[in-house]
Amino acid sequence: MAAVQDERHAAMTDRERDAIFQRELVKLIPHLRAFARTLTGDATQADDLAQDAMIKAWDARKSFQLGTNMKAWTFMILRNQFYSDKRRSWRQIQLDQEAAERTLVAVDDPEAPVALDELRLAMAMLPDEQREALILVGAGGFAYEEAADICGCAVGTVKSRVSRARKALHGILEAGDYDRDGGSAGDAMRSILADAERLSAAR
Amino acid sequence: MMIEQNPMDERRKGSAPLDETRLRQRAIGVKLRQMFDEVVNEPVPDEFLDILRKADDKTGDR
Repeated sequence: MAAVQDERHAAMTDRERDAIFQRELVKLIPHLRAFARTLTGDATQADDLAQDAMIKAWDARKSFQLGTNMKAWTFMILRNQFYSDKRRSWRQIQLDQEAAERTLVAVDDPEAPVALDELRLAMAMLPDEQREALILVGAGGFAYEEAADICGCAVGTVKSRVSRARKALHGILEAGDYDRDGGSAGDAMRSILADAERLSAAR
Repeated sequence: MMIEQNPMDERRKGSAPLDETRLRQRAIGVKLRQMFDEVVNEPVPDEFLDILRKADDKTGDR
């Protein structure tokens, strides 16, 4: 099956190949945006990151083998971009602070659904490696092996990061220990439980 | 809450605290996916497609 596909792809002109690549890339944009949003925790920064990753992927399209896992490939590009931006940016601490302030302002919106924002804040408190592992496996639909490829680490490392992230999130939410004043301990966990129940009942 | 439980208590009461933890973990998982899917379901800003269109034009010129 894969061999047949390879042959078919090999017979294509660059033009045809680019068209297929672009169609697939467009389908992945919403997922790249979501991944970027969880990595940066800020919508504006996230879209910049996702656009950069999209351009990088397009420029590197010749090195991508059509028919292989493009989602994992683009996620890897986005992730590498995220870390190289982070290393390069001298203003990072300041940006983080601005982003945190924007997030907090958004949380103050009385219309905002409470539990989701508390989860977002709790997620922001996790170390980068734990957050990305949890998102890839827990929300992005990747197997541990794929997540390991994306992060460039061993499968066992991903597993332990995911498990540590889950434990930490649970602890933060249980204690109400996120960076926000007001709201009593345990409220976040209670509303998350109630919401999850409502969501699974609706399915 | 059930944090200060010793192993003996846990055995006597069966696996109730463990189930409770699992339930909470699952609830967090559901919300996490919801948070991710919320962004996935947002309409893609035009900028993204504009960038690709421009990149495509450049390729076409070559």
